[in-house]
Amino acid sequence: MSISTKSVATLFGGAGVGRLPSGSPKLRRHLVGIGWGMASIGLFTAIWEILWAIGWANPLLLPPPHLFLQDIPGTLGYFSQKNIVGAKAAGNGVTGLLLTILWTTSRVVLGLALGFVLGVAVGAMVHYVRMVRNLLLPTILLLAPISPVAWLPVAIFVFGIGDVPAIFLVFITVFFAIVLSTVAQLESVPRNYLHVARIMGATEAQTFWRVTLPAILPSLFMTLRLNLFAAWMVVLIAEAVGVGSGLGQITSMARATFNAKLVFFTMAIIGVLGFLFDWGLRYIQGRMLWWVAPGQGGSK
Amino acid sequence: MTRPAVSIKNVAKTWTPEGRPPVHALRNLSLDVMPGEFVVLLGPSGCGKSTLLYMIAGLEGTSGGVIEQDGAFVTEPSAERGLIFQEASLFPWLTILDNVAFGLSVRGVPVAERRAVAADMLRKVGLGDMMEKKPDELSGGMRQRAACARALAMRPKVLMMDEPFAALDVQTRSKMQDFLLQIWRDSGASVILVTHSIDEAIALADRVVVFTSRPGQVKTIVPIDLPRPRPSRDPRYHEYRDMFTELLADEVDRAFAEQEVV
Repeated sequence: MSISTKSVATLFGGAGVGRLPSGSPKLRRHLVGIGWGMASIGLFTAIWEILWAIGWANPLLLPPPHLFLQDIPGTLGYFSQKNIVGAKAAGNGVTGLLLTILWTTSRVVLGLALGFVLGVAVGAMVHYVRMVRNLLLPTILLLAPISPVAWLPVAIFVFGIGDVPAIFLVFITVFFAIVLSTVAQLESVPRNYLHVARIMGATEAQTFWRVTLPAILPSLFMTLRLNLFAAWMVVLIAEAVGVGSGLGQITSMARATFNAKLVFFTMAIIGVLGFLFDWGLRYIQGRMLWWVAPGQGGSK
Repeated sequence: MTRPAVSIKNVAKTWTPEGRPPVHALRNLSLDVMPGEFVVLLGPSGCGKSTLLYMIAGLEGTSGGVIEQDGAFVTEPSAERGLIFQEASLFPWLTILDNVAFGLSVRGVPVAERRAVAADMLRKVGLGDMMEKKPDELSGGMRQRAACARALAMRPKVLMMDEPFAALDVQTRSKMQDFLLQIWRDSGASVILVTHSIDEAIALADRVVVFTSRPGQVKTIVPIDLPRPRPSRDPRYHEYRDMFTELLADEVDRAFAEQEVV
Protein backbone atom coordinates (compact mmCIF):
# COMPACT_ATOMS: atom_id res chain seq x y z
CA MET A 1 0.00 0.00 0.00
CA SER A 2 2.54 2.52 1.07
CA ILE A 3 4.82 1.32 -1.67
CA SER A 4 2.29 1.97 -4.39
CA THR A 5 1.64 5.55 -3.32
CA LYS A 6 5.27 6.33 -2.93
CA SER A 7 6.08 5.03 -6.36
CA VAL A 8 3.30 7.08 -7.91
CA ALA A 9 4.60 10.18 -6.16
CA THR A 10 8.28 9.75 -6.82
CA LEU A 11 8.44 7.89 -10.09
CA PHE A 12 5.76 9.76 -11.94
CA GLY A 13 5.34 12.98 -10.00
CA GLY A 14 9.02 13.82 -10.14
CA ALA A 15 9.61 12.88 -13.73
CA GLY A 16 7.45 15.44 -15.51
CA VAL A 17 7.72 13.55 -18.78
CA GLY A 18 4.41 14.28 -20.42
CA ARG A 19 3.64 17.44 -22.29
CA LEU A 20 0.19 18.81 -21.65
CA PRO A 21 -0.67 22.11 -23.28
CA SER A 22 -2.13 24.11 -20.40
CA GLY A 23 -2.12 24.49 -16.63
CA SER A 24 0.53 25.28 -14.07
CA PRO A 25 3.59 22.99 -13.89
CA LYS A 26 2.35 21.61 -10.57
CA LEU A 27 -1.08 20.74 -11.98
CA ARG A 28 0.53 19.25 -15.05
CA ARG A 29 2.81 17.04 -12.98
CA HIS A 30 -0.22 15.99 -10.99
CA LEU A 31 -2.15 15.07 -14.12
CA VAL A 32 0.81 13.19 -15.54
CA GLY A 33 1.03 11.27 -12.27
CA ILE A 34 -2.65 10.39 -12.37
CA GLY A 35 -2.35 9.44 -16.03
CA TRP A 36 0.46 6.99 -15.37
CA GLY A 37 -1.39 5.63 -12.36
CA MET A 38 -4.42 4.90 -14.52
CA ALA A 39 -2.25 3.41 -17.25
CA SER A 40 -0.63 1.12 -14.69
CA ILE A 41 -3.92 -0.09 -13.24
CA GLY A 42 -5.41 -0.33 -16.72
CA LEU A 43 -2.57 -2.55 -17.92
CA PHE A 44 -2.90 -4.81 -14.89
CA THR A 45 -6.66 -5.11 -15.41
CA ALA A 46 -6.26 -5.72 -19.13
CA ILE A 47 -3.84 -8.61 -18.60
CA TRP A 48 -6.20 -10.14 -16.08
CA GLU A 49 -9.17 -9.76 -18.44
CA ILE A 50 -7.21 -11.26 -21.34
CA LEU A 51 -6.19 -14.23 -19.21
CA TRP A 52 -9.87 -14.71 -18.46
CA ALA A 53 -10.91 -14.28 -22.09
CA ILE A 54 -8.48 -16.91 -23.36
CA GLY A 55 -9.62 -19.19 -20.59
CA TRP A 56 -6.48 -19.31 -18.45
CA ALA A 57 -8.00 -17.61 -15.42
CA ASN A 58 -10.86 -19.64 -13.97
CA PRO A 59 -13.65 -17.10 -13.25
CA LEU A 60 -14.69 -19.10 -10.21
CA LEU A 61 -11.27 -18.72 -8.61
CA LEU A 62 -9.86 -15.55 -10.18
CA PRO A 63 -12.85 -13.56 -11.43
CA PRO A 64 -11.55 -10.56 -13.40
CA PRO A 65 -12.65 -7.02 -12.40
CA HIS A 66 -15.60 -6.85 -14.79
CA LEU A 67 -17.06 -9.89 -13.05
CA PHE A 68 -16.49 -8.99 -9.43
CA LEU A 69 -17.52 -5.37 -10.01
CA GLN A 70 -20.52 -6.39 -12.14
CA ASP A 71 -23.06 -7.13 -9.45
CA ILE A 72 -22.28 -4.51 -6.83
CA PRO A 73 -25.78 -4.41 -5.29
CA GLY A 74 -25.69 -8.18 -4.99
CA THR A 75 -22.23 -8.12 -3.45
CA LEU A 76 -23.23 -5.37 -1.05
CA GLY A 77 -25.86 -7.71 0.33
CA TYR A 78 -23.13 -9.51 2.23
CA PHE A 79 -22.14 -6.49 4.25
CA SER A 80 -23.84 -6.35 7.58
CA GLN A 81 -24.77 -3.13 9.32
CA LYS A 82 -24.39 -4.52 12.78
CA ASN A 83 -21.15 -4.78 14.65
CA ILE A 84 -22.25 -7.95 16.36
CA VAL A 85 -20.44 -11.23 16.53
CA GLY A 86 -22.01 -13.78 14.28
CA ALA A 87 -24.54 -11.38 12.76
CA LYS A 88 -25.95 -12.77 9.54
CA ALA A 89 -25.60 -10.63 6.48
CA ALA A 90 -28.89 -8.79 6.47
CA GLY A 91 -28.34 -7.16 3.11
CA ASN A 92 -28.03 -3.53 4.05
CA GLY A 93 -26.35 -2.45 0.85
CA VAL A 94 -24.25 0.68 0.76
CA THR A 95 -24.79 1.58 4.41
CA GLY A 96 -23.67 -1.90 5.33
CA LEU A 97 -20.52 -1.49 3.27
CA LEU A 98 -19.78 1.92 4.71
CA LEU A 99 -20.34 0.74 8.26
CA THR A 100 -18.11 -2.28 7.68
CA ILE A 101 -15.40 0.04 6.41
CA LEU A 102 -16.01 2.36 9.34
CA TRP A 103 -15.58 -0.45 11.89
CA THR A 104 -12.34 -1.63 10.37
CA THR A 105 -11.00 1.89 9.88
CA SER A 106 -11.83 3.01 13.40
CA ARG A 107 -10.01 -0.01 14.83
CA VAL A 108 -6.93 0.89 12.81
CA VAL A 109 -7.11 4.57 13.75
CA LEU A 110 -7.68 3.87 17.42
CA GLY A 111 -4.86 1.33 17.57
CA LEU A 112 -2.47 3.64 15.73
CA ALA A 113 -3.31 6.62 17.92
CA LEU A 114 -2.97 4.63 21.15
CA GLY A 115 0.26 3.02 20.00
CA PHE A 116 1.72 6.36 18.96
CA VAL A 117 0.86 8.28 22.11
CA LEU A 118 1.74 5.52 24.57
CA GLY A 119 4.82 4.57 22.55
CA VAL A 120 6.18 8.12 22.72
CA ALA A 121 5.31 8.32 26.44
CA VAL A 122 7.04 5.04 27.29
CA GLY A 123 9.97 5.86 25.01
CA ALA A 124 10.40 9.21 26.76
CA MET A 125 10.32 7.54 30.19
CA VAL A 126 12.87 4.98 29.09
CA HIS A 127 15.09 7.81 27.91
CA TYR A 128 14.74 10.14 30.86
CA VAL A 129 14.32 7.82 33.85
CA ARG A 130 17.29 5.57 34.42
CA MET A 131 15.34 3.12 36.56
CA VAL A 132 12.65 2.72 33.91
CA ARG A 133 15.30 2.26 31.27
CA ASN A 134 17.06 -0.49 33.18
CA LEU A 135 13.83 -2.27 34.02
CA LEU A 136 11.89 -1.90 30.78
CA LEU A 137 14.34 -1.78 27.91
CA PRO A 138 15.47 -5.45 27.99
CA THR A 139 11.85 -6.65 27.98
CA ILE A 140 10.92 -4.25 25.19
CA LEU A 141 13.86 -5.43 23.11
CA LEU A 142 12.75 -9.01 23.72
CA LEU A 143 9.13 -8.41 22.78
CA ALA A 144 9.66 -6.04 19.85
CA PRO A 145 10.70 -8.64 17.25
CA ILE A 146 7.68 -10.87 17.92
CA SER A 147 5.33 -10.70 14.96
CA PRO A 148 2.10 -8.93 15.85
CA VAL A 149 0.16 -11.91 14.49
CA ALA A 150 1.70 -14.05 17.22
CA TRP A 151 -0.09 -11.85 19.72
CA LEU A 152 -3.47 -12.84 18.31
CA PRO A 153 -4.18 -15.74 20.68
CA VAL A 154 -3.03 -13.63 23.62
CA ALA A 155 -5.34 -10.83 22.52
CA ILE A 156 -8.29 -13.19 22.37
CA PHE A 157 -7.44 -14.93 25.67
CA VAL A 158 -7.20 -11.63 27.46
CA PHE A 159 -9.79 -9.48 25.73
CA GLY A 160 -12.18 -12.11 24.43
CA ILE A 161 -14.09 -11.66 21.21
CA GLY A 162 -14.90 -8.12 20.14
CA ASP A 163 -13.33 -4.82 19.16
CA VAL A 164 -10.62 -4.79 21.78
CA PRO A 165 -8.39 -7.60 20.49
CA ALA A 166 -8.30 -6.03 17.02
CA ILE A 167 -7.41 -2.62 18.43
CA PHE A 168 -4.87 -4.28 20.71
CA LEU A 169 -3.16 -5.96 17.78
CA VAL A 170 -2.85 -2.71 15.85
CA PHE A 171 -1.57 -1.10 19.02
CA ILE A 172 1.07 -3.82 19.47
CA THR A 173 2.15 -3.43 15.85
CA VAL A 174 3.07 0.22 16.24
CA PHE A 175 3.80 0.42 19.97
CA PHE A 176 7.19 -1.29 20.13
CA ALA A 177 8.37 0.34 16.93
CA ILE A 178 7.43 3.77 18.27
CA VAL A 179 9.02 3.12 21.67
CA LEU A 180 12.32 2.07 20.11
CA SER A 181 12.20 4.86 17.55
CA THR A 182 11.49 7.40 20.30
CA VAL A 183 14.43 6.19 22.39
CA ALA A 184 16.76 6.27 19.39
CA GLN A 185 15.55 9.69 18.28
CA LEU A 186 15.79 11.20 21.74
CA GLU A 187 19.41 10.16 21.86
CA SER A 188 20.15 11.83 18.57
CA VAL A 189 18.52 15.22 19.18
CA PRO A 190 21.27 17.69 18.20
CA ARG A 191 23.06 18.72 21.40
CA ASN A 192 23.16 22.33 20.30
CA TYR A 193 19.35 22.49 20.21
CA LEU A 194 19.36 21.55 23.88
CA HIS A 195 22.20 23.97 24.59
CA VAL A 196 20.23 26.79 22.98
CA ALA A 197 17.18 25.92 25.07
CA ARG A 198 19.24 25.88 28.27
CA ILE A 199 20.94 29.19 27.50
CA MET A 200 17.57 30.78 26.74
CA GLY A 201 16.42 29.64 30.17
CA ALA A 202 13.84 27.05 29.09
CA THR A 203 12.59 24.76 31.85
CA GLU A 204 12.84 21.01 31.34
CA ALA A 205 9.16 20.82 30.41
CA GLN A 206 9.51 23.69 27.92
CA THR A 207 12.57 22.04 26.45
CA PHE A 208 10.72 18.75 25.98
CA TRP A 209 7.54 20.15 24.43
CA ARG A 210 9.08 22.91 22.37
CA VAL A 211 12.47 21.57 21.35
CA THR A 212 12.85 17.83 21.85
CA LEU A 213 9.42 16.74 20.67
CA PRO A 214 9.38 18.76 17.44
CA ALA A 215 12.92 17.54 16.78
CA ILE A 216 11.93 13.86 16.94
CA LEU A 217 8.39 14.06 15.55
CA PRO A 218 9.24 13.74 11.84
CA SER A 219 11.07 10.46 12.35
CA LEU A 220 8.33 9.11 14.60
CA PHE A 221 5.76 9.91 11.96
CA MET A 222 7.86 8.08 9.41
CA THR A 223 7.93 5.05 11.70
CA LEU A 224 4.16 5.27 12.00
CA ARG A 225 3.73 5.36 8.25
CA LEU A 226 6.04 2.41 7.72
CA ASN A 227 4.02 0.39 10.22
CA LEU A 228 0.68 1.31 8.71
CA PHE A 229 0.89 -1.61 6.31
CA ALA A 230 1.42 -4.07 9.14
CA ALA A 231 -1.39 -2.44 11.12
CA TRP A 232 -3.82 -3.06 8.25
CA MET A 233 -2.63 -6.62 7.96
CA VAL A 234 -3.22 -7.49 11.60
CA VAL A 235 -6.58 -5.78 11.82
CA LEU A 236 -7.87 -7.94 8.98
CA ILE A 237 -6.53 -11.06 10.61
CA ALA A 238 -8.02 -10.09 13.95
CA GLU A 239 -11.37 -9.44 12.34
CA ALA A 240 -11.28 -12.72 10.48
CA VAL A 241 -10.58 -14.61 13.67
CA GLY A 242 -11.71 -12.83 16.72
CA VAL A 243 -14.09 -9.99 16.05
CA GLY A 244 -16.86 -11.05 13.77
CA SER A 245 -17.29 -7.81 11.87
CA GLY A 246 -15.38 -5.61 9.49
CA LEU A 247 -13.63 -6.23 6.19
CA GLY A 248 -11.53 -9.06 7.57
CA GLN A 249 -14.62 -10.94 8.62
CA ILE A 250 -16.20 -10.45 5.18
CA THR A 251 -13.07 -11.84 3.51
CA SER A 252 -13.05 -14.78 5.86
CA MET A 253 -16.73 -15.43 5.26
CA ALA A 254 -16.21 -15.12 1.50
CA ARG A 255 -13.45 -17.69 1.69
CA ALA A 256 -15.61 -20.04 3.73
CA THR A 257 -18.47 -19.75 1.24
CA PHE A 258 -16.16 -19.97 -1.76
CA ASN A 259 -17.28 -16.56 -3.01
CA ALA A 260 -14.33 -15.39 -5.11
CA LYS A 261 -16.15 -12.31 -6.38
CA LEU A 262 -16.69 -11.11 -2.84
CA VAL A 263 -13.07 -11.83 -1.97
CA PHE A 264 -11.78 -9.68 -4.80
CA PHE A 265 -14.35 -6.95 -4.21
CA THR A 266 -13.25 -6.73 -0.56
CA MET A 267 -9.60 -6.83 -1.58
CA ALA A 268 -10.19 -3.90 -3.92
CA ILE A 269 -11.76 -1.93 -1.09
CA ILE A 270 -8.90 -2.80 1.25
CA GLY A 271 -6.43 -1.65 -1.37
CA VAL A 272 -8.18 1.67 -1.86
CA LEU A 273 -8.45 2.21 1.89
CA GLY A 274 -4.77 1.51 2.41
CA PHE A 275 -3.90 3.95 -0.32
CA LEU A 276 -6.15 6.62 1.19
CA PHE A 277 -4.70 6.01 4.65
CA ASP A 278 -1.15 6.47 3.51
CA TRP A 279 -2.17 9.53 1.55
CA GLY A 280 -3.94 10.89 4.62
CA LEU A 281 -0.92 10.34 6.84
CA ARG A 282 1.29 12.02 4.29
CA TYR A 283 -1.15 14.91 4.15
CA ILE A 284 -1.09 15.27 7.94
CA GLN A 285 2.69 15.03 7.84
CA GLY A 286 2.78 17.80 5.24
CA ARG A 287 0.54 20.10 7.27
CA MET A 288 1.81 19.40 10.77
CA LEU A 289 5.46 18.79 10.03
CA TRP A 290 5.87 21.43 7.39
CA TRP A 291 9.57 21.86 7.97
CA VAL A 292 10.32 18.39 6.65
CA ALA A 293 10.50 17.97 2.90
CA PRO A 294 8.01 15.33 1.67
CA GLY A 295 9.41 11.82 1.69
CA GLN A 296 12.20 12.82 4.05
CA GLY A 297 11.75 11.41 7.51
CA GLY A 298 14.76 12.38 9.55
CA SER A 299 15.16 15.52 11.59
CA LYS A 300 18.17 17.62 10.97
CA MET B 1 39.55 50.19 37.25
CA THR B 2 36.21 48.93 36.03
CA ARG B 3 34.97 45.48 36.95
CA PRO B 4 35.55 42.89 34.23
CA ALA B 5 32.49 41.52 32.42
CA VAL B 6 33.92 38.03 32.68
CA SER B 7 36.59 36.99 35.10
CA ILE B 8 38.24 33.59 34.81
CA LYS B 9 40.30 32.63 37.83
CA ASN B 10 42.67 29.67 37.88
CA VAL B 11 40.26 27.53 35.91
CA ALA B 12 41.11 23.91 35.14
CA LYS B 13 39.22 21.25 33.27
CA THR B 14 40.00 17.58 33.42
CA TRP B 15 38.16 14.84 31.56
CA THR B 16 38.22 11.37 32.98
CA PRO B 17 37.35 8.92 30.24
CA GLU B 18 36.48 5.45 31.52
CA GLY B 19 39.45 3.15 31.79
CA ARG B 20 41.94 5.67 30.48
CA PRO B 21 44.21 8.24 32.12
CA PRO B 22 42.58 11.64 32.75
CA VAL B 23 42.94 14.32 30.09
CA HIS B 24 43.90 17.77 31.26
CA ALA B 25 42.12 20.05 28.80
CA LEU B 26 42.81 23.31 30.64
CA ARG B 27 45.10 24.10 33.50
CA ASN B 28 45.50 27.14 35.69
CA LEU B 29 43.90 29.56 33.29
CA SER B 30 43.15 33.15 34.27
CA LEU B 31 41.72 35.86 32.05
CA ASP B 32 39.62 38.99 32.41
CA VAL B 33 37.35 40.29 29.68
CA MET B 34 36.33 43.91 30.06
CA PRO B 35 32.85 45.25 29.28
CA GLY B 36 32.51 45.96 25.57
CA GLU B 37 35.83 44.31 24.79
CA PHE B 38 36.41 42.07 21.79
CA VAL B 39 38.60 39.15 22.80
CA VAL B 40 39.67 36.40 20.42
CA LEU B 41 40.87 33.04 21.73
CA LEU B 42 43.42 31.68 19.29
CA GLY B 43 45.05 28.31 19.56
CA PRO B 44 45.74 24.94 17.96
CA SER B 45 42.76 22.62 17.73
CA GLY B 46 42.20 20.56 20.84
CA CYS B 47 43.71 23.17 23.14
CA GLY B 48 40.52 23.55 25.11
CA LYS B 49 39.45 27.00 23.93
CA SER B 50 35.96 25.80 23.03
CA THR B 51 35.76 24.03 26.38
CA LEU B 52 36.52 27.34 28.06
CA LEU B 53 33.67 28.94 26.11
CA TYR B 54 31.23 26.22 27.23
CA MET B 55 32.35 26.75 30.81
CA ILE B 56 31.82 30.52 30.60
CA ALA B 57 28.38 29.79 29.14
CA GLY B 58 27.66 27.55 32.12
CA LEU B 59 27.04 24.47 29.98
CA GLU B 60 30.10 22.74 31.48
CA GLY B 61 31.36 22.84 35.04
CA THR B 62 34.95 23.62 35.92
CA SER B 63 37.26 21.07 37.53
CA GLY B 64 38.95 23.82 39.49
CA GLY B 65 38.89 27.59 39.82
CA VAL B 66 35.91 29.88 39.29
CA ILE B 67 34.33 31.94 36.54
CA GLU B 68 32.49 35.13 37.36
CA GLN B 69 30.25 37.27 35.24
CA ASP B 70 29.76 40.81 36.57
CA GLY B 71 31.03 39.68 39.93
CA ALA B 72 28.66 36.69 40.29
CA PHE B 73 29.73 33.06 40.01
CA VAL B 74 28.70 31.26 36.85
CA THR B 75 26.82 28.14 37.92
CA GLU B 76 24.33 27.61 35.12
CA PRO B 77 23.59 28.89 31.60
CA SER B 78 22.04 32.31 31.22
CA ALA B 79 20.85 34.35 28.27
CA GLU B 80 23.13 37.11 29.54
CA ARG B 81 25.95 35.02 28.10
CA GLY B 82 24.83 34.18 24.59
CA LEU B 83 26.66 31.42 22.73
CA ILE B 84 26.81 30.97 18.96
CA PHE B 85 27.96 27.67 17.51
CA GLN B 86 29.71 26.75 14.31
CA GLU B 87 26.38 25.63 12.85
CA ALA B 88 23.58 28.13 13.36
CA SER B 89 21.47 25.49 15.15
CA LEU B 90 18.21 27.21 14.33
CA PHE B 91 15.09 25.13 14.98
CA PRO B 92 13.87 23.92 11.59
CA TRP B 93 10.24 23.83 12.77
CA LEU B 94 10.11 27.55 13.50
CA THR B 95 10.23 30.45 11.09
CA ILE B 96 13.26 32.70 11.32
CA LEU B 97 11.15 35.23 13.22
CA ASP B 98 9.97 32.66 15.78
CA ASN B 99 13.49 31.31 16.13
CA VAL B 100 14.70 34.75 17.12
CA ALA B 101 11.70 35.19 19.41
CA PHE B 102 12.20 31.77 21.05
CA GLY B 103 14.14 33.00 24.08
CA LEU B 104 11.57 35.70 24.78
CA SER B 105 8.69 33.26 24.43
CA VAL B 106 10.36 30.96 26.97
CA ARG B 107 10.36 33.94 29.32
CA GLY B 108 6.66 34.45 28.75
CA VAL B 109 6.87 37.69 26.77
CA PRO B 110 3.53 38.18 24.92
CA VAL B 111 3.45 37.20 21.24
CA ALA B 112 3.08 40.69 19.78
CA GLU B 113 5.87 42.11 21.88
CA ARG B 114 8.39 39.33 21.31
CA ARG B 115 7.70 39.32 17.58
CA ALA B 116 8.26 43.06 17.46
CA VAL B 117 11.60 42.70 19.25
CA ALA B 118 12.61 39.81 17.03
CA ALA B 119 11.60 41.64 13.85
CA ASP B 120 13.60 44.65 14.95
CA MET B 121 16.63 42.50 15.62
CA LEU B 122 16.32 40.75 12.25
CA ARG B 123 16.20 44.10 10.49
CA LYS B 124 19.40 45.06 12.30
CA VAL B 125 21.19 41.98 11.01
CA GLY B 126 19.86 42.59 7.50
CA LEU B 127 17.30 39.78 7.42
CA GLY B 128 14.24 42.03 7.44
CA ASP B 129 12.67 40.29 4.47
CA MET B 130 13.49 36.74 5.58
CA MET B 131 11.34 36.65 8.70
CA GLU B 132 8.75 34.18 7.50
CA LYS B 133 11.26 31.84 5.84
CA LYS B 134 12.30 28.45 7.16
CA PRO B 135 15.95 28.08 8.24
CA ASP B 136 16.50 25.62 5.36
CA GLU B 137 15.70 28.34 2.86
CA LEU B 138 18.55 30.59 4.05
CA SER B 139 22.21 30.50 3.07
CA GLY B 140 24.83 29.59 5.66
CA GLY B 141 25.80 33.20 6.26
CA MET B 142 22.18 34.25 6.68
CA ARG B 143 21.54 31.44 9.12
CA GLN B 144 24.52 32.52 11.18
CA ARG B 145 23.22 36.09 11.19
CA ALA B 146 19.84 34.80 12.35
CA ALA B 147 21.61 32.92 15.14
CA CYS B 148 23.28 36.20 16.14
CA ALA B 149 19.90 37.90 16.15
CA ARG B 150 18.53 35.12 18.36
CA ALA B 151 21.30 35.65 20.90
CA LEU B 152 21.12 39.46 20.69
CA ALA B 153 17.35 39.50 21.22
CA MET B 154 18.08 38.48 24.82
CA ARG B 155 20.30 41.57 25.29
CA PRO B 156 23.35 39.58 26.38
CA LYS B 157 26.22 41.17 28.30
CA VAL B 158 28.62 38.70 26.73
CA LEU B 159 28.38 37.20 23.28
CA MET B 160 30.46 34.06 22.79
CA MET B 161 31.16 32.51 19.43
CA ASP B 162 32.67 29.09 18.81
CA GLU B 163 34.32 29.23 15.38
CA PRO B 164 31.16 30.84 14.02
CA PHE B 165 32.39 31.36 10.47
CA ALA B 166 34.46 28.22 10.01
CA ALA B 167 31.77 26.55 7.88
CA LEU B 168 31.40 29.54 5.53
CA ASP B 169 33.23 30.26 2.29
CA VAL B 170 35.98 32.87 2.26
CA GLN B 171 33.95 35.74 0.75
CA THR B 172 31.01 35.22 3.09
CA ARG B 173 33.46 34.94 5.93
CA SER B 174 34.96 38.38 5.47
CA LYS B 175 31.49 39.91 5.05
CA MET B 176 30.41 38.23 8.26
CA GLN B 177 33.42 39.66 10.07
CA ASP B 178 32.39 43.19 9.06
CA PHE B 179 28.87 42.38 10.14
CA LEU B 180 30.07 41.08 13.47
CA LEU B 181 32.10 44.22 14.20
CA GLN B 182 29.02 46.27 13.48
CA ILE B 183 26.68 44.38 15.80
CA TRP B 184 29.40 44.31 18.44
CA ARG B 185 29.55 48.13 18.38
CA ASP B 186 25.77 48.47 18.33
CA SER B 187 25.12 46.05 21.16
CA GLY B 188 27.89 47.16 23.49
CA ALA B 189 28.33 43.54 24.60
CA SER B 190 31.68 41.93 25.21
CA VAL B 191 32.54 39.42 22.53
CA ILE B 192 34.64 36.31 23.11
CA LEU B 193 35.34 34.55 19.83
CA VAL B 194 37.13 31.25 19.38
CA THR B 195 39.01 30.69 16.15
CA HIS B 196 42.06 28.96 14.76
CA SER B 197 42.35 31.51 11.94
CA ILE B 198 45.13 34.03 12.50
CA ASP B 199 43.62 36.45 9.97
CA GLU B 200 40.27 36.34 11.70
CA ALA B 201 41.92 37.10 15.02
CA ILE B 202 43.83 40.10 13.63
CA ALA B 203 40.82 41.45 11.76
CA LEU B 204 38.52 41.39 14.76
CA ALA B 205 40.18 41.46 18.15
CA ASP B 206 40.97 44.13 20.69
CA ARG B 207 43.12 41.49 22.35
CA VAL B 208 44.16 38.09 21.09
CA VAL B 209 44.64 35.40 23.73
CA VAL B 210 47.04 32.77 22.39
CA PHE B 211 46.57 29.32 23.93
CA THR B 212 49.19 26.70 24.48
CA SER B 213 48.47 23.19 23.27
CA ARG B 214 46.95 20.76 25.74
CA PRO B 215 46.71 21.32 28.64
CA GLY B 216 45.46 24.71 27.49
CA GLN B 217 46.93 27.72 29.23
CA VAL B 218 47.33 31.34 28.26
CA LYS B 219 50.60 31.51 26.36
CA THR B 220 50.45 35.22 25.74
CA ILE B 221 47.97 38.04 25.27
CA VAL B 222 48.53 40.37 22.33
CA PRO B 223 46.60 43.65 22.01
CA ILE B 224 45.95 44.49 18.35
CA ASP B 225 46.82 48.12 18.12
CA LEU B 226 45.35 48.90 14.70
CA PRO B 227 42.35 51.04 13.80
CA ARG B 228 39.45 49.13 12.26
CA PRO B 229 38.83 48.29 9.45
CA ARG B 230 42.17 46.53 9.18
CA PRO B 231 43.22 45.99 5.58
CA SER B 232 45.51 43.01 5.18
CA ARG B 233 47.94 45.05 3.06
CA ASP B 234 48.88 47.16 6.10
CA PRO B 235 52.53 46.30 6.96
CA ARG B 236 51.71 46.17 10.67
CA TYR B 237 49.07 43.57 9.89
CA HIS B 238 51.84 41.41 8.49
CA GLU B 239 53.95 41.90 11.57
CA TYR B 240 51.08 40.61 13.69
CA ARG B 241 50.53 37.71 11.35
CA ASP B 242 54.20 36.69 11.45
CA MET B 243 54.18 36.90 15.20
CA PHE B 244 51.08 34.75 15.61
CA THR B 245 52.30 32.25 13.04
CA GLU B 246 55.46 31.80 15.05
CA LEU B 247 53.62 31.58 18.38
CA LEU B 248 51.24 28.97 17.03
CA ALA B 249 53.91 26.98 15.20
CA ASP B 250 55.60 26.21 18.53
CA GLU B 251 52.35 24.95 19.97
CA VAL B 252 51.40 22.91 16.94
CA ASP B 253 54.84 21.27 17.01
CA ARG B 254 54.44 20.48 20.67
CA ALA B 255 50.96 19.07 20.16
CA PHE B 256 52.30 16.90 17.35
CA ALA B 257 55.20 15.65 19.39
CA GLU B 258 52.86 14.76 22.24
CA GLN B 259 50.49 12.88 19.96
CA GLU B 260 53.36 10.77 18.75
CA VAL B 261 54.37 9.95 22.31
CA VAL B 262 50.77 8.90 23.05
